[in-house]
Amino acid sequence: MTGDVAVLGAGMHPWGKWGRGFVTYGRIAARAALADAGIGWPEVRSVVGAQTVRGGYPGYVAGATFARALGWQGARVASVYAACASGAQAIDTARAQILAGLADVVLVVGADAAPKGFFAPAGGERPDDPDWLRFRVLGATNPAYFGLYARRRMALYGDTQEDFALVKVKNAAAGALNEYARYRSPVTAEEVAGSAMVADPLRLLDICATSDGAAALVMCSMEFARRRGVRDPVRIRGVSTVTPTFPRTVLDLPDIGTDSAVAVDPSPESFRASIARTAYEEAGVGPADLSLAEVYDLSTALELEWYEDIGLCGPGEGAKLLRSGATALGGRVPVNASGGLASFGEAVPAQAIAQVCELTRQLRGRAGQRQVPGARVGITANQGLFGHGSAVVAVR
Amino acid sequence: MPRTRTPVVAGWFTEDAAEEDFRLLGTRCSGCRSVHFPREDGHCRNPGCPGGELEEVPLSKRGTVWSCTDGRYRPPPPYVSDPDAPWTPYTLVAVELAAERMVVLGQAAPGVGVADLPVGSVVEVVPGVLDEDRATGTVHTTWHWRPVPAKEGRS
Repeated sequence: MTGDVAVLGAGMHPWGKWGRGFVTYGRIAARAALADAGIGWPEVRSVVGAQTVRGGYPGYVAGATFARALGWQGARVASVYAACASGAQAIDTARAQILAGLADVVLVVGADAAPKGFFAPAGGERPDDPDWLRFRVLGATNPAYFGLYARRRMALYGDTQEDFALVKVKNAAAGALNEYARYRSPVTAEEVAGSAMVADPLRLLDICATSDGAAALVMCSMEFARRRGVRDPVRIRGVSTVTPTFPRTVLDLPDIGTDSAVAVDPSPESFRASIARTAYEEAGVGPADLSLAEVYDLSTALELEWYEDIGLCGPGEGAKLLRSGATALGGRVPVNASGGLASFGEAVPAQAIAQVCELTRQLRGRAGQRQVPGARVGITANQGLFGHGSAVVAVR
Repeated sequence: MPRTRTPVVAGWFTEDAAEEDFRLLGTRCSGCRSVHFPREDGHCRNPGCPGGELEEVPLSKRGTVWSCTDGRYRPPPPYVSDPDAPWTPYTLVAVELAAERMVVLGQAAPGVGVADLPVGSVVEVVPGVLDEDRATGTVHTTWHWRPVPAKEGRS
């Protein structure tokens, strides 16, 4: 076991399309996290920013950008990027600094201002960039990959579009109770079925939107928390930022081809399953210990895959678990009690941090109508394109 | 204006070959036999590879559908399409190649829909056109996957 670090404060800017820059959102989330922690900005000795590729240079140096926006005070700074997994890397960096004794209190911030519609690659003619190539050669948008995964599930496991719609219905019901969510109206299965087809078999309401949003955490050593009189803080006990193993045989964004398994047999464990397992092992807990989970539902169908990958059920049993009600609020192990990406839309560098904000609220027993009774252990799971794992286990 | 045919990416597939000889081109490591597509010319990605040369190799003509989907909305640039023309959806298909033990993505031939591509069915790679620039007379060529009629459907 690596050792715990405490979450002293969590803060968010509501998700939506607000027409402002990512720095504004990030600063608001950071100040909310500091207020929640009850500490002043000058006490923070390190700032870790999750980068955005949509904000120009200030986005690449996000840590310094947020530090400047809060007012230079001499803290050390780092900026990390791992696509959708950027937030987990920021949390991991903060944790490493705390456990190494480099800083007692670290502020982690991620924020984005997203364009309307499909994410597109960076500009220019860049034929050496797989992300550029998949758009140029194939027009393969992110939803196209989600559509491929969804149809594969239908063929392998007999999942139906009705199963996928039920994920949206479940997450919309939870998101309606979350003041930080962008979409706060309940959605019916009929509304999902009536929405436009985007990437067959997935419809508009099966696919997460792109959003503005920001999330921040104040993390500290257990000793610092004790000195502040916080005797029973939410603790981060495991963080997974693993890469795949060769050969990776599942097509991942932005790949046009998988690795070849001619020379080496593929691992029986999928990359996504390895992400969760690594976090479980580090935390010394397993799927049976979970009170709740926040998983990356880029599409409704993908949420079902995560059920299997984080060990809530066996391969192919995701839809059955969903239909049992186990993963809804009030069920045995609610998944995406926050409302998930279905209710938030994706604000890439903020999203993995927002997942931990939800665990923090739940483990503190302050999630209001979304509260999972007696929540003690939660996991977040996420995957960033180009081979980035992301999972956090938090306990109380 | 005379048309110039240019591959959308040089070296990814055969040029000037008859349809029956058309192939995707990858590279194969002489050390461990791993195949890479898109071609990897710098280094073999197998971490256990003893080291070898990367040699160009044609990929299998036929494979089986791993999955497929379609693009009902116009993708953003650098995908090339005429913004003034109505969008015509196209089909994307991921194809499992048995000999190479890998999955390769591609567009399906025009007119082929997801209903024509059940998971596990046999497809073959054929030459296709990605886009045409009428101003410069350039035709960008690509590869397409096309269903193989069931009676000949052996990969």
